[in-house]
Amino acid sequence: MEETANGAPLVEMRGIRKSFPGVQASDGIDLRLGKGEVLALLGENGAGKSTLMNILCGLYRQDAGEVYVRGVKADIRSPRDATDLGIGMVHQNFMLVDTMSVAENVVLGMPSLGMIPDMNQIKRSILELGDRYNMKVDPDAFIWQLSVGEQQRVEILKQLYRKAEILVLDEPTAVLTPQEAKELDAVVKRMQSEGKSAVFITHKMDEVMAFSDRVMVLRKGKVVIEKTTRDTNPKELARMMVGREVLFHIEKQPFEPGAVVLELRDVCAEDERGLPALRNLSFKLRAGEILGIAGVAGNGQRELSEVITGLRSVTSGGISINCVDSTNKTPLQIIMSGVSHIPQDRIAVGAVGDMSVANNLAMKDYRAAPISVGALLLPRRILEFARKMIGIFNIATPSPETRVKFLSGGNIQKTILAREIESCGSLLVAVYPSRGLDIGATEGVRKELVAQRDAGKAVLLVSEDIDELLSVADTIAVMFDGRAIGVMPAQGADPEDIGLLMAGIDPTAKEATV
Amino acid sequence: MRFAFEKRKSVSRTAIVVVPFVSFGVSLVLTGVLLMIFGANPFTTFGAMYKGAFGSGRALTETLVKAIPLMLTGLGVALAFKLKFWNIGAEGQLTLAGVAATWVAIFWSHWLPAPLVLPVMVLVGCAAGALWAGIPALLKTSLRVDETLVTLMLNYVAILFSSYLYYGPWRDPNGYGFPGTELFPKAAWFPRIAGRAHIGLFFALAAALILWLVMNRTKWGFEIKVIGNSPKAARYQGISVERNIILAILISGALCGLAGVGEVAGISRRLQQGLSLGYGYTAIIVAWMAQLNPLAIPFVALLMGGLLVGGDQVQMVMGLPSSMGLLMQGLMLFPMLAGSLFTEYRIKRIGRNTAIESERGAA
Repeated sequence: MEETANGAPLVEMRGIRKSFPGVQASDGIDLRLGKGEVLALLGENGAGKSTLMNILCGLYRQDAGEVYVRGVKADIRSPRDATDLGIGMVHQNFMLVDTMSVAENVVLGMPSLGMIPDMNQIKRSILELGDRYNMKVDPDAFIWQLSVGEQQRVEILKQLYRKAEILVLDEPTAVLTPQEAKELDAVVKRMQSEGKSAVFITHKMDEVMAFSDRVMVLRKGKVVIEKTTRDTNPKELARMMVGREVLFHIEKQPFEPGAVVLELRDVCAEDERGLPALRNLSFKLRAGEILGIAGVAGNGQRELSEVITGLRSVTSGGISINCVDSTNKTPLQIIMSGVSHIPQDRIAVGAVGDMSVANNLAMKDYRAAPISVGALLLPRRILEFARKMIGIFNIATPSPETRVKFLSGGNIQKTILAREIESCGSLLVAVYPSRGLDIGATEGVRKELVAQRDAGKAVLLVSEDIDELLSVADTIAVMFDGRAIGVMPAQGADPEDIGLLMAGIDPTAKEATV
Repeated sequence: MRFAFEKRKSVSRTAIVVVPFVSFGVSLVLTGVLLMIFGANPFTTFGAMYKGAFGSGRALTETLVKAIPLMLTGLGVALAFKLKFWNIGAEGQLTLAGVAATWVAIFWSHWLPAPLVLPVMVLVGCAAGALWAGIPALLKTSLRVDETLVTLMLNYVAILFSSYLYYGPWRDPNGYGFPGTELFPKAAWFPRIAGRAHIGLFFALAAALILWLVMNRTKWGFEIKVIGNSPKAARYQGISVERNIILAILISGALCGLAGVGEVAGISRRLQQGLSLGYGYTAIIVAWMAQLNPLAIPFVALLMGGLLVGGDQVQMVMGLPSSMGLLMQGLMLFPMLAGSLFTEYRIKRIGRNTAIESERGAA
C-alpha cells in the first residue's frame, strides 16, 4: 500500500458504526485506502457497502468511529465537505439533471462558479479531461440524449472536474454493457496511473478480480475478510460473501412433484432500455415444487417474474400455465388463471401505501363474492375479510383501516403475502419475499411458502439468499445474464458452487479459473 | 436548530375537518386586512356580502344559480383529480357543451318532438364535454402528453370557437348587433324552481350522490382509487389503467358539460358572451376545499356561489370592486393548500444531522 507524504494512508476509517431502525448497517468497520489503490468492497445486498461509502461521502453521519483523510481527522458533514477533501462518489442512480447539458451538469452546484460562468472555458476543460481519460463526450449534449453508459461518464467527469482524488463507484457496471464495462476499466486504470484511488462497490466476483488491487468482503455490517486480490480467488470470496451457516431448518413434507404447472419455452424478453433481459429461458415447474431462482440482482429475475405475470411482454418463446398458453396475456387474465405474485417492489407495486390495510388485503378478492355483488362493493364485507386475514396471518396493525404505509416492512409484506396466498390458485411467484425483513418475519414468510408447496401449489421463489434457497427450495436454478445456468436439486447442493454460478463462473471448470 | 415536517403515524381526521374551516377563517382575516387598506370596514363589508348572498329569497336563488355550475364542474374536476389527472379544462368542457346544446336547441328543435328536446340537449351537451376531456385523456394514455397543458389550451379553443359562432354564423339576425344567438324555443328551456334557479340543481345534487356511491360502493370506484394512488400497483392487480383513466375522464368531462347545458338552457336561454363566469376554474378550488369528497362539494359550491353573489352586492352597496369576492376565493385556496399538509405532517424541531438523515431516509 502506497502512503501519502506524511506516512498515513490516504483514507482511513476506524470503527465505523451506523444503525438504521432494526438494522446494524455498519458494525465496527475499519477501512484503509492507499494512494493509487483500487479497493473492491464486496458483499451481498444489505451487507453495508453503500452505507459505509455514504458515510465517507457525507450523505450519512456515523453513530461512532472516525474518518481520517491524509492522516488528518476529517469531519465530513455533507457531500460538499467530501468534495473539498477530494472524495467523489458515482451513485448507482445517477444524480444528473436530464434537461440540462453535460457541461452544465458537470459544474452544477460548484461554489467557485461565480455569477456568470465562462461556459466556453468549462467546455474546453471538459473536452481536455475527456481526452486525457479517453472518455468521449459532447459537452453540449443534453443528459436525456445520452445512453446510460454515457451518463455514467458524465458522472465520472463531474468528479474529475472537481479534482477528486478518491472516486467511489457504487456498482458501476450494473447498468453497463460488457463493452462499456471494459471502457470503465480503462478509465480507472488511467486514474490509478495518475495516483488517484478508487473504491469499487460490487457483488460480482469477476469484476473484483479484474479491477481491484485489494478486496474487502462485508457481511451483515462486518468485515469478514480483507486480502490482496492476487492472494485470493473467486471461490474463497464467494464463500466469504455468502457465509456458510444455514440459519433455519424448515419442516417440509417429502418432495412429490405433481403435474407441470408452469412451463417456459425459449423465452426472450427485453428490459426498459430495450436490452435483452431474458435469453432463451426454458424450465418447468410442477405442482408441489418450489423452484428457487438464485442469482445476483439484475440478471433477469425481475423480468422473469414480470413475463410470467403478464406485466412484461415476451419477445419470443412461449409460456404456459396449467398447459394453457399464457404468452403475452394481460395481467388480469393471468391472475384469473390462478397465478399470485409477491412483487420485488412491495411498497410501490405490491401495496398501495395510502390505502387501508383492509383495502390492500381485498385488492384481489374484491372482484368476486362475498366482497362484491355484481358491480357493487360491500365495504362491511371488506372489513370482515380483512379482520379474518389479519388474524390468520398475524398482521400487526392498529386497525384494518390504518393506511398500509404506516406499517413496518415486515407487516406490509405479510399483508401482501396474505392477499396473494388467499387468492392463489395454482402458482405463486415470490420475488425476494424476505428481503429486508427481520429474522422472525423472514421465518414466517418461508414457512408460508413451504405450506403452499405442501398444499400442492407450485412456487417460484426468486432469492439472493443462498441459505433461504437451500432450506426452502426443492430445485435451484441459477440465473446469470438472462439465462438459467446450473439447474440442480436443492438437496445436497453446494453453496460454494451456487456462489460461483451466481458470479457467472462454472464450478465444474474451477481448476481452470483458479 | 431547524424545523422539519415529520410524517404523522396516521392521517389526522380532525385536520381533515378543521382545515377547510380554518382556511376560510384565515382568508376572512386576509381579506379583512385588504379591505382596511381600501379604507372599508371589514365587518360591515362581510355583513353586506352575507346579506347579498343569503339574506333574502332572491339573494339565495342567485347564489344557487352560481352554485349549480360550480357543483357540476366541481364534481367533474374532483373525479379527475382522484386519478391525479389534472383536468383544468372544465371551463372549455362547459363551454363546448353549451355550444352543442345550443346547436340542438336552435337547429333540431323544430323537428324534434318537444318533450325530447331537453333530453337530447343534455345528452349531446354531455357528449361534447366528454369529447373535449377525452382528447387530453387519450393523448395522456397513449402518448404521455401532459394533460395540464392540453386541458388548459383546449379551454381557449372552445371559448374562441363559441365566440366565433355567436359573433358569426349563429348571431341572431334580429338581435340589434348584440353578440349572441336567438332565444331558444320554449321547449329548450330548463324548468326553473325559484327565481332563476333551475332544475340543474337536482341534476347536480343527484350527481353528487351518485358519484359518492360509485366511488365508495362499487368495484369501479375501488379501481379508480387504486389507479389514482398507484398506477403501478393497479396494473399489477390486473386493473386496466389506461381504459379506466379514459372512462373516468369522459365522465368528468360529461359532468362539466352538464354544467354548460344548464347555463344555456336554464339561465341565458341562448348562447351569448359570458356563458361562464370562470366556473371551470373556480371548480378547482371547490374540489380541493371539499377534499375531493363528492358529498362535500354541494356545500362548498354554495359557499363559493355566495362569495360571487356577495361580491357583486359589495360593489353595488359599498362601492367596492366586485372582484373582492373572487379575491376571497383565491385567498381561501392558499391556506387550504398549506393546511392540507397538516393532515399528514406535523412540525418537529430537530438538529442539523438528523435533518439530513431524515431527508435521505434509511438505506
